[in-house]
Formats: sequence, C-alpha cells, structure tokens
Amino acid sequence: MSAADGGAPATESTTVLSALSTEQLIGSGQEGGLMDQVRAWVQRVRGGDMGALPAVAGFVVLSVLFTALSPFFFTERNFANLLTQAATLVMLGMALVFVLLLGEIDLSAGVTAGLTMVIFVVLVAVVNLNWILALAIAFLTGIAIGTFIGFFVAKVGIPSFVVTLGLFLGFQGLELIIIGAGGLYRVETPEILAIQNGTLPTWGGWVMLVVMLAVSATTSWIDRSRRTRAGVPNRTIALVWAKLITIAVLGGVVVLILNQNRGTGFKAIEGVPIVVPITLAILWLGTFVLDRTKFGRYIYAVGGNAEAARRSGVKVAAIRWSAFIVCSSLAVVAGLFSISKVGSVDAAAGRDIVLSGVAAAVVGGVSLFGGRGRLIHAAIGALVIAVITNGLGLLNLPAGVNYAVTGGVLILAATIDAVSRKRAGGSILRT
Amino acid sequence: MDMPIIELKGVVKSFGPVDVLKGVNFTAYPGKITALVGDNGAGKSTLIKGLAGVQPYDGGEVLFNGSPVHLHSPRDAGALGIEVVYQDLALCDNLDIVQNMFLGREELSAGTFDEGRMEREAAETLRQLSVRTVKSVRQKVSSLSGGQRQTVAIARSVLKKAKVVILDEPTAALGVAQTAQVLALVKRLAEQGVSVIIISHNLVDVFEVADYISVLYLGQMVASVKTSETNNEDVIGYITGVKTYEGTSA
Ligand SMILES: Nc1ncnc2c1ncn2[C@@H]1O[C@H](COP(=O)(O)OP(=O)(O)OP(=O)(O)O)[C@@H](O)[C@H]1O
Ligand SMILES: [Mg+2]
Repeated sequence: MSAADGGAPATESTTVLSALSTEQLIGSGQEGGLMDQVRAWVQRVRGGDMGALPAVAGFVVLSVLFTALSPFFFTERNFANLLTQAATLVMLGMALVFVLLLGEIDLSAGVTAGLTMVIFVVLVAVVNLNWILALAIAFLTGIAIGTFIGFFVAKVGIPSFVVTLGLFLGFQGLELIIIGAGGLYRVETPEILAIQNGTLPTWGGWVMLVVMLAVSATTSWIDRSRRTRAGVPNRTIALVWAKLITIAVLGGVVVLILNQNRGTGFKAIEGVPIVVPITLAILWLGTFVLDRTKFGRYIYAVGGNAEAARRSGVKVAAIRWSAFIVCSSLAVVAGLFSISKVGSVDAAAGRDIVLSGVAAAVVGGVSLFGGRGRLIHAAIGALVIAVITNGLGLLNLPAGVNYAVTGGVLILAATIDAVSRKRAGGSILRT
Repeated sequence: MDMPIIELKGVVKSFGPVDVLKGVNFTAYPGKITALVGDNGAGKSTLIKGLAGVQPYDGGEVLFNGSPVHLHSPRDAGALGIEVVYQDLALCDNLDIVQNMFLGREELSAGTFDEGRMEREAAETLRQLSVRTVKSVRQKVSSLSGGQRQTVAIARSVLKKAKVVILDEPTAALGVAQTAQVLALVKRLAEQGVSVIIISHNLVDVFEVADYISVLYLGQMVASVKTSETNNEDVIGYITGVKTYEGTSA
C-alpha cells in the first residue's frame, strides 16, 4: 500500500478500528456461557420484564402454605382435582390472551362459553342431534360470536369493553330464554364427560411426556440450525439441556403422582386426566402461532403500537378481528371443559368465570395495556387462582374469603404489571 | 441533471374546509438530499404522508421515475421503495430491534420465522451504516434512547432497500452528539444512491446535509433551490414569507 499520501494510512487504520469495534458492539444477546445468560435474565427481570416470575413464586408459596395448613391439600386425589378444576380457567385465560395482547378485552368470553354449551346440550338432549354435529354447531356459534365482536371493534370502532359488555348481558338473556329460569340440563355425552373424568392409561402419561420432550428438543434443534446457517451465534447448548431436564423432572413428577391410584372405592382411578394433554396441545399450538408466525407477531405489534404497525403495512383491522375470533373459539373449548367437569348446564352458565379468566391472565403476567404476555402466563395465573380456590375450600373457609383473597391477588398482580411497565419504560440503556 | 425519482405536480389536499396543500410541485433526485422546510403548519408532514400513502392526496400528479403512480396505502409506497421515518409512532416498544426492522416483511422458512436470517441481516445493515451505539440487536426498543430509535427506524428503511427515504424531523428530540450521528447516517444513505427527503426546522442541520432546499409556505411551494446557491437569510425569508423567490425553480 502506498504511503505517499501522508493522511491516508491514518484514515484507513481509523476505519478499520471503527469497523472492528462495530463488529464487537452489535451483539445478539445470545453470546456467553450459562452464567452470562443467567446474568442477562436477572438484568431483564430487574429492568421490569418479570413475565410469569411473580405468579410462579405465588404458586409455590401458596402450595407450601396450604400443604402446611391442610392434610388433604398435597394428596394424589387433590392434585388431580386441582388440575381439572383449573382447566376451564386455564383455557379461558389463554383465550383472553389473544385480545388482551391487543390491549382489548372480551367480557363476553365466559357467557360465550356458557351460551355455546347451552346450545350444544339442548341440541343433544332435546333435538336429539348427533353430538359431533352439535359440537360443530357450538364451535360455529363461537366463531360467529367472535366475528360479530371483531366487526364492531375493528370495523365500526366501538371499544371492545362496550361491545362485549353488551353481549355479556345479552347472552345471559339468551341462555335464560333457551333454558328457562331454574332449568338445568344434564350432560349425557360420554365423550364430553371423558374430557375431565377420563384418564390416559398409565403408560399414556409417559408417552405424553416423551412427546413433549421430543417436540421441545426438535424445535430447539431447528432454531439452532437455522441460526447456525445464518451465521449468528446460538445461546449456549446448556440452556437447551436445562429446559429439557426441567420438563423431564417436573413432568415426570406430575405424571408419577397422577399415575397413583386416587380412587376411594373398589375401582382404581389412575392416570393423567385427558384434559391435560388437550390443554398442553392447545397451549403449544397457540404459543407456536404467537411466536413464530406473522399473525402472532402482528398481534404483538398492534398491541405495542397500532399506528406503527399500520405504517409498516400490517392490516391492523384484520388482525384485531381475527384475534376476537380466536378468543371466542377457545372460549368454546373452555365451555366444554366446564360442562365436562360440572356434568350439567344451567341458565347462568359461564356468567361468573370471565373475570376470573381476565384475573388469571393478569396474575400470570399478561399486561392489560397490551403488547406483553404469553399463553403460558395465563395458564400459570389460572393455576394460582385455582390453588387459592381449592386450598381455601379445603380449609372450610366461607366462600367470601375466596373472593376476597382472589381479588387481593389480582390487584397485587395488576400493581406489579403497572410498576414493571413504568420501570421498563424508564430504564433506558445507554452505551 | 439526473431524472428526478419523485416528481409531484400540483398536488392538493384538504381537511374539510381547510386547504392544507394548494397545488404543490416538488422534486427529489437519487443520491441527493432534499430538505423540506417551512413553518409549523405549512403542510410538510401532510405532503410526505401523501407520498407514504398514509393520507392520499386529493388531486395532482405523482411521477415516480417519470411514470405516473397512485399512492393509496403504505403498501403502494412500500412497493415502489418509498419508506418514511416518522416524527413519532415509528416503532413498537414491546418488540426488539430485529422484530421492528422486519415488521411487515418478516423472512419465513417453512411458514415460520427464520429468526437467524433476520438477525444477521439486521446486524449487517446496522454495521453497514456504521451504527455503533446499539449493544445488541435483540434489545427491546423500549430500552433505546431517542437517537438509537431514530437509528433503528432509518436502518429499517435501508434494510427494505428503499429508493426514497423520507425523514420527518429526525433530529427534533435529539442532543448534539446524537444529532450528529443521525445526520452522518443520512449522508451515508445518500452516498448509497438513496434519494433522501428530510424535514427539519434546524437550518444549521439543513445547510450541513442538504443538496436542495424546498420551502413550503402556507401550503404552497415558494422556493426550490440548490443549497450551494442560497443562504441562511434567504431561506428564512422564504419560510416566513417576507421574501419571494425570483430564480428558476429547480
Ligand atoms: N388530520 C388532519 N385534520 C385536520 N387538519 C389537519 C390534519 N392534519 C394536518 N392538518 C392541518 O394541516 C396543516 C398542516 O399540517 P402539517 O402537519 O402538514 O404541518 P407541518 O408543516 O408538518 O408542521 P410542523 O412543522 O408543526 O410539523 C395544519 O394547519 C394542520 O392543523
Ligand atoms: Mg410536521
């Protein structure tokens, strides 16, 4: 290289230097060993991005507390009971996540579950329709309800709070008209009753666990090979192992407990309730859609900043609309879980559960302000609420205490959400 | 002189009874920086929102590389390679840098996100623009400073291989150092052949980077001049309406 021009070498070395430092400065946050990742996570948490951490802590504390207070809490029987009690709330909470992420709400999700189940049971019991056909009609009704809400929210521009409050009242009226005050229909369809009351064979639980591990390992492997192909760093492989071991150990303990005989009579009751794999499959599928597809990403984008999303070419109205359809459809599943557990449908079906569903999502760490939260958060939040109900029930405390405690937990969770939001906005990382 | 990449002829826009753009002519050239100046409410933002397809014009002609086009939605503008970096509301706080840069045009592989490829391209784009203040491309945008946000927004338009990048007051909220960084970025953009249109109230910035200056006054284009052929005082005169432009419009 010619050094005739005195200025050139200096300039060049500066460019090289700055290029080098650029190379180092822009990372991807994936570098470093296990401890670096842990440190990065701690920093995120302290920055206000707590996710489901408070809910998980709450779940553990409450479980320990109730185990100490009641000899019936930590038993195989109650464990299975807790899961099936929680299932409806888990599903409803997950349904609501899709609209909560947009900063919207669906107050009619509970009565949507109720109304579609009223329709289902009446079609089966009174009209004598084939149960599969009746189920299809129930789902179509759910989709129609979501379409209706979505139209008024996304196209007409009415706040979702108002539209769904209207439906909340209207559907209760419809249920009353169909069933009549004080009326009650028993659920006679064995396939529906089996969701909550049937169990997998004991080996089925282990198969379920192996499938979960295989799916988790495969997605991690695909992610990592894609990153490798693109030439960007991968997180340390230790994290994948940590995740797999966690699933194996936690899942193993759960399956082991559920595989014990929890029957009180001559007939053995053992195995994972069928509702568990159904819920896990929907959780996995929903999370897949939210994390890895355009539809999911746009839900987060619209919830974070609708105008920015619109300017990026996202069809905001279509996203809002579809989110309400997903919510109502999953609410129908929640309804199925509910009637399978209760065994009957009355004229007030679904009236009380919607706020618990919202509470579940918020307790789990889903933000009411939109843009932040995951399906697993709602599931964990629902478990927390179910533990409170279940534990206080075992202690023979009056029902009033349950409402008061659940309300307190909800306000606590909403406070954590608001405070962490402030912190996340305030902690500006400057370099 | 090159052929203009953007040419507006007599565009008009009203909001109800208020005429905001009253027959505006405007041109921008590839590889050049054109500053759009004018007082508050002159219609600058309205003019570029029409180009972005966010608020279509009511009338007039838009020529892109000499042929007439219609800009009715952000998609129309995006398809032509027109990208806008807005004064506000540009990014989603809850998404990270990569997710924001690829919003609306995510790269897929087998129907799902190819995060690795997106991450590499985002990092490469930032490097190519010599961006040095961003620590990690996986940082949430909520954790970025104002200048870093502008940087990400500008890098996003580069990533989209934009032919025209429009910046609405990119330095309005920035300190001295961050302003310098963003202006340097704007120059690099033009060096790469991009046509840059920049709105600014800061004439020092304008004279530092712009090749051409266009002045809007109450919805009319009162001057379009080469920066080298004018001065601060004249431009202030056009902006405030005390001076009228005599020369031939560029
Ligand atoms: N959506 C709207 N509805 C009604 N009037 C509007 C709308 N948008 C802009 N205007 C009016 O149009 C005029 C021009 O606004 P515009 O935002 O284009 O000005 P600007 O030159 O960008 O000003 P600034 O320098 O303050 O950003 C203003 O009088 C404004 O009040
Ligand atoms: Mg403006």
